[in-house]
Amino acid sequence: MAELLEIRWHGRGGQGAKTAALLLGEAVSASGKYIQAFPEYGPERMGAPVLAFNRISEEPIRLHCQVLNPAIVVVLDATLLEATDVTAGVPEDGLYIINTNLSPEEMREQLGITGGKVYTLDATQIAIDTIGRDIPNTPMMGALIRTTGLLTIDEFVSNTRERLEAKFRPDIVEKNIQAIERAYQEVQGEE
Amino acid sequence: MSRRVAITGNEAAAEAMRQINPDVVAAYPITPATEIVQIFADFVANGDVDTEFVAVESEHSAMSATIGASAAGARAMTATASQGLALMWEMLYIAAGLRLPIVAPIVNRALSAPINIHCDHSDTMGARDSGWIQIYSEDAQEAYDNIIQAVRIAEHPDIKLPCMVTMDGFIVSHGMGNAELLDDDVVQKFIGEYKPEHYLLDVDNPITVGALDFSDWYFEHRRQLADAHTRVKDVVLQIAKEFKEISGREYKLFDAYRLDDAEVAIVVINSAAGTAKTVVDQLREKGLKVGLLKIRLFRPFPYEEISEALAGVKAVAVLDRADSLSLMGGPLYIDLRAAMYDAPGPRVKMVNYIYGLGGRDINMEQIAGVYDDLFEIAKTGEIKQAVTYLGVRE
Repeated sequence: MAELLEIRWHGRGGQGAKTAALLLGEAVSASGKYIQAFPEYGPERMGAPVLAFNRISEEPIRLHCQVLNPAIVVVLDATLLEATDVTAGVPEDGLYIINTNLSPEEMREQLGITGGKVYTLDATQIAIDTIGRDIPNTPMMGALIRTTGLLTIDEFVSNTRERLEAKFRPDIVEKNIQAIERAYQEVQGEE
Repeated sequence: MSRRVAITGNEAAAEAMRQINPDVVAAYPITPATEIVQIFADFVANGDVDTEFVAVESEHSAMSATIGASAAGARAMTATASQGLALMWEMLYIAAGLRLPIVAPIVNRALSAPINIHCDHSDTMGARDSGWIQIYSEDAQEAYDNIIQAVRIAEHPDIKLPCMVTMDGFIVSHGMGNAELLDDDVVQKFIGEYKPEHYLLDVDNPITVGALDFSDWYFEHRRQLADAHTRVKDVVLQIAKEFKEISGREYKLFDAYRLDDAEVAIVVINSAAGTAKTVVDQLREKGLKVGLLKIRLFRPFPYEEISEALAGVKAVAVLDRADSLSLMGGPLYIDLRAAMYDAPGPRVKMVNYIYGLGGRDINMEQIAGVYDDLFEIAKTGEIKQAVTYLGVRE
């Protein structure tokens, strides 16, 4: 239990925060680690703020309480920054990945934090270019893999491809994989 | 070869049902158990199982149809939660009274009002006197394992009782975690073919089911129901032993966690036990002698074994995710106090915490606080408050 990594996903209903947490959980599980992936179930509506969580560890995870102090925060929709405090409970050295066209420096200012790391990615643009719709969850996963090194991009892509193939047409799968790979290249850290 | 997967509790329950391949499933979907029925309906539609799926118009009908199928001689299952289980109420007693070995995964959820879809144990605690065997599960792995074992327990010739296997709504039912799944043929071999002794479709040996039974014999039949329950413990342990041979995973009547030399202990059911075990590990690292007892078999209640396991402890906190409104605490606390009344040695101090109603989170800090309270009680021998509502706004 010494090394327990906790991730909080902020999204809006319909953006795929829950799916992202589940896909990440499955991919990390396939690498042999122990995982949890779960959403916070409230009244679910398109566009309403939603949360999803991951726990990742080398050891079996027995905790069944809420994640309150995530080391990693992924924000699928930057307009949430006005509605919720995405920094709540996050330790000083927390890592943020935000879907925005702003630079990490500009985003740091908006978050009002001094420590930790801030990464930004225009996941919405990538989603529109590749998938054709504003579903930013898969590109944000690509950014997460790049910035955390949880898995190699090849491991992640091959596992996620398999999961997506079970549910979607081949062309949809390819577009999502393109989105992940482009996000992996384009995510920006601070200078 | 078992498969290591990332899976939710509902997916694991549906997977167990697929591998069991029951003759009949009659079910009506209800949050948070809907997915079990939905996924299983996919298995039926895709021809992955041979099951006759009966889509019914209510949970009362679901249990009625399951009872009918079981009485006819079929291996029959259903699944539900909360209000659905409440609507099955009168049929639960009939399933048990008719000694029908129905197995039902139940996803624990609060009862209305106010309306709430999240976890507590009010639903299955309300069914505790129905004559069903009740087995509780901490996570998806345990739910999967317990459902498979429940088939053998329920159908055992010494038992012939319905069995519900529960897991926590959303926390486990919708939370993805790791589990090891057995191969289909291993599960099939383990559960074996169902050979009912008496059944309606046995036309050469006609029987009456559900006959009128007045003051002449009713009492004897209810007495037999209690008698069957006295044999459950041994069968549960025997089946657990056999299950360990195919899975490597060990199950007992309850899970005693770091309890041997514990000075204080928490008794708890289902997913909160996982969080509490993590707290136990942390406190043990600080040298504090804390332990935990997690209930697995709640009906029948293995009171002798539990009181023996807790006899050496100075103070015990029972955590109930349901209220009894007796004002003497939750249902588990009341049973446990009764069990401890005749325990050997000095009287163990016991307190109750009612927590988590309607899905309210219980975190590590709160559980550590309960252990603090227990050390204080052990030190002073004084109980300031027997029943505490934990994590509520007063």
